[in-house]
Amino acid sequence: MITSLSVAELQKRLRSREVSPVEVIKSLAERIETVDPQIQGYLSWSLDQALAEAEKADVSLPLGGVPIAIKDVISVEGQPNTCGSKFLKNYRAPYSATVIHKLRAAGAIPFGRCNMDEFAMGSSTENSAYQITRNPWDTTRIPGGSSGGSAAVVAADEAFAALGSDTGGSIRQPAALCGCVGLKPTYGRVSRFGLTAFASSLDQIGPFSKTVEDSALLLNVLSGLDPLDSTSLDEKVPDHTAFLGHDLKGVRLGLPKEYFVDGMNPQVEKAVRDAAAHYETLGAEVVEVSLPNTRHAVGVYYIISTAEASANLARFDGIRYGHRAKGTAGLIEHYLKTRAEGFGPEVKRRIILGTYVLSSGYHDAYYVRAQKVRTLIRRDFTDAFENVAAIICPTSPTPAFKIGERVDDPLSMYLADIFTIAANLAGIPGISIPCGFAEEDGKKLPIGLQLLGRSFDEPNLLKIAHAYEQSTEWHKAKPLEA
Amino acid sequence: MSSSDSKFDVRHIAHLARIELTDAETAKFQSQISEVLAHVAQLQSVDVTGVEPTAHTYPIFNVFRDDNPRDWFTPEKALGNAPHQANQLFVVPKVLE
Repeated sequence: MITSLSVAELQKRLRSREVSPVEVIKSLAERIETVDPQIQGYLSWSLDQALAEAEKADVSLPLGGVPIAIKDVISVEGQPNTCGSKFLKNYRAPYSATVIHKLRAAGAIPFGRCNMDEFAMGSSTENSAYQITRNPWDTTRIPGGSSGGSAAVVAADEAFAALGSDTGGSIRQPAALCGCVGLKPTYGRVSRFGLTAFASSLDQIGPFSKTVEDSALLLNVLSGLDPLDSTSLDEKVPDHTAFLGHDLKGVRLGLPKEYFVDGMNPQVEKAVRDAAAHYETLGAEVVEVSLPNTRHAVGVYYIISTAEASANLARFDGIRYGHRAKGTAGLIEHYLKTRAEGFGPEVKRRIILGTYVLSSGYHDAYYVRAQKVRTLIRRDFTDAFENVAAIICPTSPTPAFKIGERVDDPLSMYLADIFTIAANLAGIPGISIPCGFAEEDGKKLPIGLQLLGRSFDEPNLLKIAHAYEQSTEWHKAKPLEA
Repeated sequence: MSSSDSKFDVRHIAHLARIELTDAETAKFQSQISEVLAHVAQLQSVDVTGVEPTAHTYPIFNVFRDDNPRDWFTPEKALGNAPHQANQLFVVPKVLE
């Protein structure tokens, strides 16, 4: 079946004319019709537009004729960009994100809008105002979040690859829970122009894929300076695929002792320790490292990210776009009712928390202190990377949990991101790759191995991830029948 | 900032954030956000003497570009998503009484 191919495999068939870009879109649409009623990973898709782009696709380009699913928070001109929120139910994006221009310039076809937690706030995709996305490995469980739709559609072969966004783990954690590859690039590596902002000092766009090679192919296209995003950085973009296939002799990896915490699922711990042992058989050296300030990462994150969100989401005022309450008297009531009706509970909680930590009298105690502890978390990584090329650890402390299990317990939901958050605070790149399965209620549930690297050292990160993937079979397992 | 954080008043802060809460939301968010604040109180025990705050993970500060005009939205496009518009303008609620 065409839709089960990786991007690299699909490219070969497109270039040898075994299949045309139009046939690819049609196969994908058929797969979506068959599978998505049970997965609910897509919010919408525009078949006519994708077919029109496929008619003109140049398969000689780097991603020529390859459809890419897009998280519903990255603007494609003329298409919805709901951000999983009722606030933007009828919104149509008036412009395209820089990453969309880059994908199209490389011949790719943006196709399908992936479900997500409202405004990317969540770890299970249950905060979507529209639908519950299901984990393809066990449809009674969550796919992770906030980019749960992107992860689920790639895992279910309803997409060859997808884009997501990662503020505290929103690419890596769902990739781990759905058994695919998820990459959060270095802060500044990929332009966020056209990504609806959640927490501007943390947000990054990155790819979901079936293989590490595909992740490298996509990163090649997405990376680079953008004059429209002043936080994107002018660092050379290497060909990331050139670093794949090398051996790991002399490569030193760090296993942080603080990442094996109480309450961690024993099956996850075993899979990650086995992965570390596997790396030794590949010639790498694995040493213990310490990241002592990691234990503060969740606290720092929920101060900084909510503070930034409270400012970013002030733009939802019901005047220029989005929901507007009817029949209000005066401006204040207009705001109060518009925002009460437009936002869901988790978004309200985070805006309120963020407003509080920035409010007069609390700003220094919460916000400035959190920024200082953030400095300590960054230093931990700088120190660790003096001795090791990359850090290996679990992506998530548990496999996918049950739908509804943590909905009314925000703190336990926040702790789901305990291993992914520090990378955003430090600005470093991270990737999650499949490293085994846990068994719960007779179902196989994927486990993710997270690799963290130095800023702008995606080449080494991908090399190390690729060596593991190519010497194991985990990434070949499929949750659904072809 | 005690662990119970008795000073956190969800109704007052929600008003500052311009979000009207129902009574049920007020009670629920008061307890849920207080629980999160109790968790983040652990940061008070960290020694941050002499530590500079991190606002951004890369040492870039001001970014300038040439001030050249360029094509951007037409008025029609800019108003395309407006919930209420007239005469090529956004219609806003009455601001002055």
